[in-house]
Amino acid sequence: MPQFIKDLIDAISAPIPYTVLATALLAGVLIFRKWVSKPSVFVAFSVVGVVAFIGAFPDPNFKQIITKPDNIPIVILIASVVFFTWLFLRRAVINDERIKKGQPSLEGEMAKKKVFTWPDLVYSELICMLLFMAVLMVWSLLIQAPIEEPASMARTPNPSKAPWYFLGLQEMLVYFDPWIAGVLLPSFIVVGLCAIPYLDTNPKGNGYYTFEERPFAISFFMAGFILLWVSLVIMGTFLRGPNWSFFGPFEYWDHNKLEPMVSINLSEYFWIKALGQHLPQNPLIREAPGFAFLGFWFLMLPPILGKWVFKKMALDMGAIRYAVFAHLFLWTALVPLKMIMRWTIDLKYIIGIPEWFLNV
Amino acid sequence: MDKLLAYIARTQIWKSIIRHGYPDTPRNRTLAVLSNVLLHLHPVKVRRSGIKLSYTWCMGGLTFFLFLIETITGLLLMFYYRPTAELAYQDIFALREHVPIGVMREVHRWAAHLMVISVWLHMYRVFLTGSYKPPREFNWNVGVILLVLTLLLSFTGYLLPWDQLAIWAITVGTNMARATPFIGHEGPGAALLQFGGLQFVHAGDDVRFGLLAGRFVGEGALLRFYVLHCLGFPLIAAVLMAVHFWRVRKDGGISGPL
Repeated sequence: MPQFIKDLIDAISAPIPYTVLATALLAGVLIFRKWVSKPSVFVAFSVVGVVAFIGAFPDPNFKQIITKPDNIPIVILIASVVFFTWLFLRRAVINDERIKKGQPSLEGEMAKKKVFTWPDLVYSELICMLLFMAVLMVWSLLIQAPIEEPASMARTPNPSKAPWYFLGLQEMLVYFDPWIAGVLLPSFIVVGLCAIPYLDTNPKGNGYYTFEERPFAISFFMAGFILLWVSLVIMGTFLRGPNWSFFGPFEYWDHNKLEPMVSINLSEYFWIKALGQHLPQNPLIREAPGFAFLGFWFLMLPPILGKWVFKKMALDMGAIRYAVFAHLFLWTALVPLKMIMRWTIDLKYIIGIPEWFLNV
Repeated sequence: MDKLLAYIARTQIWKSIIRHGYPDTPRNRTLAVLSNVLLHLHPVKVRRSGIKLSYTWCMGGLTFFLFLIETITGLLLMFYYRPTAELAYQDIFALREHVPIGVMREVHRWAAHLMVISVWLHMYRVFLTGSYKPPREFNWNVGVILLVLTLLLSFTGYLLPWDQLAIWAITVGTNMARATPFIGHEGPGAALLQFGGLQFVHAGDDVRFGLLAGRFVGEGALLRFYVLHCLGFPLIAAVLMAVHFWRVRKDGGISGPL
């Protein structure tokens, strides 16, 4: 693979272009789903992807990060999320066209017929089990489970990473303090997932693939699952090196790489830059702009959105459902908002009261 | 050969175990599912759409299969492993160097990674088919808890090899607990919980201390994680899985168009 392509890939893997491109890619795939869902298009993109992967393989830095035994599952994760998202789009596009014509969905067509569990189901289960057992055995015989040096509290490895499935949350530590990235956000994810069936009042799309009957639900879930979870796991695994600095896939993990970190609190923007004063002594007065912003975000925005973009949803859901939904939605939206504010205006904290450990 | 098989099927031992003929008639196929404790998880007949791989992706079944693999390999690993700071690393190392056919740790580790992925994809599929909608709201919630348990199982298992990767990944992970509001010593609000200058929440009694049985990841944490990994979480997961599968049946089988 030529050097300029490697440099280009390194450059667009940096957090800002990476996030922007991933978002644009997901939006594009959903908007142009009819074209993307064609098998020929998928095969063409897969071939390009595989060829690029093989072409990149001789690069020592790329090879080292990709073939690390514990990173192989992440490669499987990427491939399977891409494939199953495509499979969903394919079925959804077919079903949406059938529904428009007044025909039953593919699943509806098949559900008319019932078959015996023995042999139809038990045999396919058996084949799946044997296949997977074989794959697991071959994988386990080929690649040894890694074991590093004995545990020692005296020597801190750099980078120190959480288990791979929590790396999205560790990435959030760049933008939020631990009490938000490590406690509040995971709690909200679990609570939010549990709340989904009680908040989604749309009766359509139960038991078959469709996009057009529930565009918002699917786009929102995909944004959460693919952009805020899986893609951040990928970034944390492959693109974060020593000191949690960013490294492109072809870049050497240099321990001395320094990233300039100049970040400013909202209070400093308000009191020093805008008003030209000293910071007030009382932390509550000092951080008043941040409190005002979050007050607006969580208290004013729900009714405003409910009268405006979410008008129909708010009416369908009723007050309590809508209030819960709006707060979960705004917490989700706060994550990319804080990321963008960090990138554009170097914002550190919206509310920064380190003396109480209360930093937002 | 046929005669021998026919003879075996007539013996009292065979009949005492399998109470139906060869499953090639509707009656015997029904009995095959109904009279077997494992197969009776399934209904006798299923919707054609419910068994298509392009619909289910097989991810739920695969997750259950991987759980069984983890249980079996985990049990074998327990024979060779002692959860103490002096012995844990040695035992894991010996598993590679001295135990014949020592491939169980590999199977256990790779299947664990796969299980996290398959459980995510199962949730993805269930969302995309709207299968959490009534009447399956409660079962979706059981599923969310099982997803969290899968991550906790993997997380507790991460520490057991007691190497640098293990201890520091758990240190990074559990450091978050310091910042829990009110009950972590670096969390917002913890400083308010004091009386006459006496702090109620400090590094020696906060939620992280309870999690790790100490101020840092040490022998107490290893034992705690070992017990939770081998006994606590698998038991809870097994009970919830029973609920999960039972509710799939009670809520009308694998979801399909209403």
